[in-house]
Amino acid sequence: MSTATSVRPEAPLPAADRPLLEVKDLVVRYGRGRTAAAAPAAVDGVSFSIAPGETVGLVGESGSGKSTIGKAILGLQKVSGGSITYQGRDITSAGASQRRALGGDLRAVFQDPNSSLNPRNTVGSSLAEPLRLRGVNAAEAWQRAGDMLERVGLPREAVDRYPSQFSGGQRQRISVARALICDPSLVVCDEAVSALDLSTQAQVLNLLADLRDERGLGYLFIAHDIAVVQFLAQRVVVLYRGQVMESGPASAVTENPKHPFTQALVAASPVPRPAEQAARRQARESLGVRTGAAATPGPGGCPFRLRCPLATDLCRDERPALRTAGGSDVACHYA
Amino acid sequence: MIPNTAPAPADETTTAAAVLPQTPGQSAAKKFAGSKLFGSPASIAGVIWLAALVAASLTAPLWLPFKTEDQDFTAVLSGPTAAHWLGTDELGRDLLSRIFASAAGTLGTSMITVIVAVGLGTLLAMLAAAAGDRAENVISRVTEIMMSLPGTVIILAVIGAVGTNIPLIMGILGVLISAGIYRVMLGQAKSLQSQLYVDAAKVDGMGMAGISLRHVLPGLTNTIVVQAALIFAVGMLIQAGLAFIGFGPPIPEPSWGGMIQGASQHVYDAPWLMVPTGAVLALTVLAANAIGNALGKAPNATASHLPSAAARRQRAKSVAAIAAAAPAPKDSAKDTLSVRNLSVGVDNGVRLVTDVSFDVEPGTVLGLVGESGCGKTMTALSLLGLLPSGVSVAEGQILWNGTNLAAATEKAMEGIRGREVALISQEPMRALDPMFTVGYQLTAAIRRLRGTGRADAKAEALGLLEKVGIVDAARILKTYPHQISGGMAQRVAIALALSGRPRLLVADEPTTALDVTVQAEILSLLRSLVKDTGMSVVMVTHDLGVVADLCDQVAVMYAGQVVENGRTDSILDNPRHPYTLALLAADPHANHAADMPERLATITGQVPQPKDWPSTCRFASRCQFAGSACTVPVPLLPSGAGDGVVRCVKADELAVVGLDWVATDIPARHVLSLSETRTVEKDHA
Repeated sequence: MSTATSVRPEAPLPAADRPLLEVKDLVVRYGRGRTAAAAPAAVDGVSFSIAPGETVGLVGESGSGKSTIGKAILGLQKVSGGSITYQGRDITSAGASQRRALGGDLRAVFQDPNSSLNPRNTVGSSLAEPLRLRGVNAAEAWQRAGDMLERVGLPREAVDRYPSQFSGGQRQRISVARALICDPSLVVCDEAVSALDLSTQAQVLNLLADLRDERGLGYLFIAHDIAVVQFLAQRVVVLYRGQVMESGPASAVTENPKHPFTQALVAASPVPRPAEQAARRQARESLGVRTGAAATPGPGGCPFRLRCPLATDLCRDERPALRTAGGSDVACHYA
Repeated sequence: MIPNTAPAPADETTTAAAVLPQTPGQSAAKKFAGSKLFGSPASIAGVIWLAALVAASLTAPLWLPFKTEDQDFTAVLSGPTAAHWLGTDELGRDLLSRIFASAAGTLGTSMITVIVAVGLGTLLAMLAAAAGDRAENVISRVTEIMMSLPGTVIILAVIGAVGTNIPLIMGILGVLISAGIYRVMLGQAKSLQSQLYVDAAKVDGMGMAGISLRHVLPGLTNTIVVQAALIFAVGMLIQAGLAFIGFGPPIPEPSWGGMIQGASQHVYDAPWLMVPTGAVLALTVLAANAIGNALGKAPNATASHLPSAAARRQRAKSVAAIAAAAPAPKDSAKDTLSVRNLSVGVDNGVRLVTDVSFDVEPGTVLGLVGESGCGKTMTALSLLGLLPSGVSVAEGQILWNGTNLAAATEKAMEGIRGREVALISQEPMRALDPMFTVGYQLTAAIRRLRGTGRADAKAEALGLLEKVGIVDAARILKTYPHQISGGMAQRVAIALALSGRPRLLVADEPTTALDVTVQAEILSLLRSLVKDTGMSVVMVTHDLGVVADLCDQVAVMYAGQVVENGRTDSILDNPRHPYTLALLAADPHANHAADMPERLATITGQVPQPKDWPSTCRFASRCQFAGSACTVPVPLLPSGAGDGVVRCVKADELAVVGLDWVATDIPARHVLSLSETRTVEKDHA
């Protein structure tokens, strides 16, 4: 693990008096009534914000609540507590009409390119749908669908075809086109490239980067793969069991992780250089992080304590607050 | 890597156009119903019969020889005659005229039932699926009450109250049937409602009604049409039944049920009277059912994972052919897997894997890497004789301890599978039966494969679970697969694979579905197992990091061929084939955060379909370095690093120049002369 400082230029944040998106103390519980109150929260007091034009990566293992946060922001998941503010407007429990009023400013690209497009509708019809909902006439919507397809590297003629006639990578390009057709300011990408092969994944990642530079887009990039997040994101938020463990500039979090969980996460991601990987493996094994199969921690305290090599009684009794440590915010008593 | 910041979207577009499917755009969904409707003789006959009946009935006043109430007392209760083609009834009325004149009415009122039942049922189902759990609960309870009501009694009560108002009665019948339709539709509507494209529409701000109409209803059409056809038949029968017991249209007016009722009174003196009306009613019901069946048929029966009998026979045949063609396997070293010129093909002749050769020494790990569609999984499955049905080994040998596995019979494979060669798959849950405890499955496998007794097997199962790093093995033995995490399940699946003490483990993407921290643990486990037991592993993966972590040797596959094979460190540190070079350049893990490029390198287009693989270099059409020399078939040549081989005519040239695969491939073509590149493109156009 090198101690590189931020060599990669952080994109200067555009001057703006308020963040594009602000998530504050977000809590999501599944189920209703007593079941929900008894179950541990899927998302437990998560706060972060995204500035205009900024890409924030949300990483964590399965069950860390990263996708649930994305869904809550998109209005696909009921929120149990906290607030979500978009461009100064509270959208915590916005309904369909309020979502429409956002004017297609907040969009999404989902993981599975096979089910994110309706197989019964032509590509053009899927692309035109969000525009038609906003009262754009059919001819113009169709025209813009063609333009957008060309922008994502597909021919205009694709408007008349069905999703089944495209490969996974091409379908994901179509999903990106659909997300961007309303010229949004923020796109939530939920594992948008994890179902793709390496070369296709690179194509879609480059496309996302190109579009960001062209249009000043902000992304909330949700992924389990910290290297993929690191490519696109300026800031990274690391989640474990619904809580933020660490957040900060991408280079700091990935090159110099402070939280024991982030360290384990970064160390576990294998690199395709055999000699370096052998060294990383030894470093990982010497971290002493216990296997994830360990029993679920009870409420209160640090959620990572049962796997953590640093854990003490303090970690059982008191949930560590986020505090600044070496450029990042870390929720650990001992980091 | 050379970061390249000049993307060329225009060029990207042209290449994308080239890879777009060439079939003309057409609606699969729209074609669907039509092709199915005319797919079987029964449904064609059904459609023709119903169409003819409706047409004949609607045009009846124009062509019928008699009015429905014309009485011909010279021919009462007659059979078919020249004047009365289908005979007459007890009042001498012409049966043909009465049947066809009343057909439209009977069919029309049956349609009322269909429209009410299917319309209401579908509406309720869409509402319940869209409005959430609470609404679904209410609607479901209401429909349960409706289903528990005695339909006949209600209908008779309505008749008692308002008289024989046939449209009203058929409407009420529709309401009663709608509860059943709701049940059929609900599951499907809910699954459609959970699709990601519905989420996307919600993000757009599309309302509940919009989503139901645009995204859910079209998906239900198939079921709606099938149910409609079946209810149509039911409606007709019930209507006839009602008329039969006297609740049909008022007396002089003809109705099918009334006519059957009339015929039943003369069943001894004029049995013919029953035949025309009964036949027409039966044919109409059959026609509706035939149409329903045809529309309801699944578009294509799903292929079973297990080889069918026919596939096994096919396999036996191809095995015999291979055994005859191949020279007797020469003795190879013990526990060394030696794959020679292996080709795997679909039965129609298309090859999915061509001419693959590699060796796996005991105690080593070979990685098979490449993108999807490159044949790595097919290669791995052929080692176990587990190729999907319709796919078989076409040529070559798989030599294992003196046996050619490619030519082994199914019976011989049964002895080898599990005992000598075992499999772990990508989805650990699929290796485990959800109906049995982990302990039961593990002891069953141990008893079968090791021949141990019941008591010993349990101790051995415990030992195996501890061996795969499960701390509380005794507890895990008692759990069911769904009660354990994915990482734990993969450990159990590995324990299951180890129960026959295999000498070769085929691992098909064993860590792809796992979290990265769990993946690291499983890789460490596999490494220590190899070290402790001396078994060898063939590891299929798309992750070059996994290869770097675990594999001693790596075979890079592209479009069914091995394009580069050799020691992992020499291939990953000094890739010689442009495809390997490109994969590494496209991998975000290959870069440190500090020098992450602005754009990742990509490979234009996608892996071609097996039927489109050229006889020349298969990668040339996507290769930055392709030139005129690449238009010939390329053999595997020594790469200069140990016993490594590479399938590229330019490998030496590229190694000397030390080129990198750059972020956008178009400018890179200028590295070689442009005219050369064009030639290649033309050849592959």
